[in-house]
Amino acid sequence: MVNVIIEVSKYLMILLMAAYTYLNFSYFRFHDERGQKKVCRRQNVAMFLLHFIAYLILYLKSEDERIVLFYLAQIVFFGAYLGLYRMFYPKLTRILVNNMCMLLCVGWIVLTRISLDKALRQFMIVSAAALVTWIIPFVVDRMWQLSRIPWIYGIGGLILLAAVWMVGNNSFGAQLSISFGGYSLQPSEFVKISFVFFVAAMFYRSMDLTTVAVTTLVAAAHVLILVLSKDLGSALIFFVTYLSMLFVATGRWLYLLAGTLAGCGASVVAYGLFAHVRTRVAAWQNPWADLDNRGYQITQSLFAIGTGGWFGMGLFQGMPYKIPVVEKDFVFAAISEELGGIFAVCVLLICLGCFLQFMMVAARMQALFYKLIAFGLGMEYLVQVFLTVGGVIKFIPSTGVTLPLVSYGGSSVLGTFIVFGVVQGLYILKKNDEEDYEEEQT
Amino acid sequence: MRKSRPDPDSNKGILFFTYLMVGVFVCMIGYFGYFLQFQGETVINNSYNARLDRFSDRIVRGEILGNDGRVLARTETGEDGSEHRVYPYGSLFAHGVGYGDHGKTGLEALANFYLLTSHMNLAERTINELSGVKNIGDNVITTLDVDLQQAASDALGEHRGAVIVMEPDTGKILAMVSKPGFDPNTLGADWDQLISGDNEEAQLLNRAAQGVYPPGSTFKILTALEFIREHPDTWRDFAFDCDGTYEQGDYTISCYHGNAHGHQNLEQAFANSCNGAFAALGMEMDPGGLHSLAEQLLFNRELPLSVAYSKSSFTMNTGAEVWEILQTSIGQGNTQMTPIHNVMITAAIANGGVLMKPYMVERVENAAGEEIHRFLPQAWGNLLTAQEADTMAGLMRQVVTEGTGSAVRTESYTVAGKTGSAEFEAGRDTHAWFTGFAPAEAPQLTVTVVVEEAGSGGQVAAPVARRIFDTYFSLGVDG
Repeated sequence: MVNVIIEVSKYLMILLMAAYTYLNFSYFRFHDERGQKKVCRRQNVAMFLLHFIAYLILYLKSEDERIVLFYLAQIVFFGAYLGLYRMFYPKLTRILVNNMCMLLCVGWIVLTRISLDKALRQFMIVSAAALVTWIIPFVVDRMWQLSRIPWIYGIGGLILLAAVWMVGNNSFGAQLSISFGGYSLQPSEFVKISFVFFVAAMFYRSMDLTTVAVTTLVAAAHVLILVLSKDLGSALIFFVTYLSMLFVATGRWLYLLAGTLAGCGASVVAYGLFAHVRTRVAAWQNPWADLDNRGYQITQSLFAIGTGGWFGMGLFQGMPYKIPVVEKDFVFAAISEELGGIFAVCVLLICLGCFLQFMMVAARMQALFYKLIAFGLGMEYLVQVFLTVGGVIKFIPSTGVTLPLVSYGGSSVLGTFIVFGVVQGLYILKKNDEEDYEEEQT
Repeated sequence: MRKSRPDPDSNKGILFFTYLMVGVFVCMIGYFGYFLQFQGETVINNSYNARLDRFSDRIVRGEILGNDGRVLARTETGEDGSEHRVYPYGSLFAHGVGYGDHGKTGLEALANFYLLTSHMNLAERTINELSGVKNIGDNVITTLDVDLQQAASDALGEHRGAVIVMEPDTGKILAMVSKPGFDPNTLGADWDQLISGDNEEAQLLNRAAQGVYPPGSTFKILTALEFIREHPDTWRDFAFDCDGTYEQGDYTISCYHGNAHGHQNLEQAFANSCNGAFAALGMEMDPGGLHSLAEQLLFNRELPLSVAYSKSSFTMNTGAEVWEILQTSIGQGNTQMTPIHNVMITAAIANGGVLMKPYMVERVENAAGEEIHRFLPQAWGNLLTAQEADTMAGLMRQVVTEGTGSAVRTESYTVAGKTGSAEFEAGRDTHAWFTGFAPAEAPQLTVTVVVEEAGSGGQVAAPVARRIFDTYFSLGVDG
């Protein structure tokens, strides 16, 4: 009987997810607040239903009472976050908050299925992150001085990255984190943000050749340290983000072209220079040639995705634990295996929806500083999603980055909360501006 | 400062990157969909995919059937719900069909996914699902022909060796015998003995695809082809006087049993399998040329096969010593070859130079007999040109009409082929080879036989092929 419930619920969850995703895009049709509110309310209904069904299954299959308590704790979290955040910041964009919650919800479902302990830990970190970042929209809205301190962002970021490179822990051949009394921190997740602030502040100040050259140098230093730490995924994210910000700020195709060529050249050099780059590329080109070693992770991921198919195996019907680091870099494979390919595509579309929201905020901002921040953070976010998912499905070589808000990992989730907080702050700032303007008019 | 003027240009950049990223995501989602829809099944049907075993919790493994519908493997469910796999023909199909416990081999491994997938009608499946009854998996209809397999197995008798029978124009494998065999029905009980270190029989090895043998004189197909390629207009002028031995410096090459063949042109030397003439041919050729020809004909390379196989190897190259050249030209030396590789080369010759990919699964049906999936013949590509194939077929026809292949000379049908007697260890009898096809003018069947330590190809292996041809043509089986 449990099997039947799982089978039926599988399709229900896909349906709810599809409905949620549809609403996410239909939101763009509404320009009046009433319509938008209706969409957001419906999204909330879809999410809570999906959440309930998923945890019902998780409980039925595991018969672990802790899951019931955990579920209730999550309900409290979602209720508080969706409700209180809006109460505190009435002008925020609700759909972005909804999407954050949906992605967190998917992440917790998958994590609970893989390891309840890790899910609990992740829940604690998310709660803390939500609490700490509560203030961020307030700060962004009020502190225009943020644009005045480019060198604090730039040098601070470089120092952090260099520290990881020198004393960082080695994981899977790359230096990614620093340990503090049992907790490990991935500074690159925060440097991503300071980096965007640095570039935005520099270009806001001036776009003459000297500034562009100096900024490019500092950006190149960021990328170089990351490459030396063997954190190729982050290096790529920084590179693409810088190039796109440079283009948006200056509007010069020449910069974009030269940068792209330089990037291609650097990739070729890196391929020749670093064995781990060649390993990744070889594992991508033909993972079947070396199923036991280099190709193991990616082939296990493809087995998971392929076996799951469009509709998934159903929760607890697959073997996501067969994939190494499934809860971090390969969480997308676990989603696809048990919740289905359609569900996984919906997750992608939700991420894309977040990106579009970021871009809309960027386009509406007046000051270049804010514009570039919203744009740069959005690019970082989506490039990261692209790298992780592309790697998992063998679209591109795997680079070892996480799926923001869904993957297990504290630094990643805290960093993402800051990013979303900043964009919310910009949105609110813009709204306040518009209202001030309207008041002046009347 | 907060209210600096809008910058419409930068919005163009934002729009550009928005479209770019959306485009990239559309591509990625497209690829993901393509993978799920078209590649997924092939990818997951892999013995490394532990997930498939889970399917058997809900599906009764389907049947494996011969090309006429006779059951080669089926699952019986006991009254207590326990399942066990039954192989009605015992050891006859042990290597082709394989086994499913103690790991999976043969078709049990290849078709694992199909056997564990049910395409019964949706209503029935849902009802079964609701009432906790297992669904019936799909059946796999193979290309294997029970009568030919039986004939091949009988003809091989108690000898060790392998027989492989294939349609040259489709790549369908009709029979694949490897001896000694084992009974998959009693595999559990016999397992320890089969894998024990004292067991020298290697019953589990599928000699047809995994056994590597010196090709002996069947390799003269390659030597002759290389010579013809190097002398496209004058190869017919080749002449050699055979007195039973051929001396080159300190080295001597003898013909089989020291037979003196007398005056030989290339066609006669090929038909009589004159070692001296071929050693002399070898001395006239570039060892590097023979090397690249061998690699064109898939030595040292992966074969287009889905069953487990060994790679054939050819090591001689430019700068080789005289002794190596002499030995290699007559198929001895370091050259190693699998029977399935030999049948593929022969089939390409029979099929105008085009190699068809060998395959064993003809179609997949659901439990009610409705077709789910059909596998069509696929060309791998040209191993040799049509003209070369025609020339080689002519040479191989003369082997039967004039030379060592007299055992397959008959009024009922025409055969073309090549015999081989491969030395593998001093003081032990040779491995007997025959590889050929029939009818010579419009080939329907390719057969390769290797009989271990049994004597000459013409006397031992060719008669095995004869019984297979007899069975096939008397049955009137159409290709």
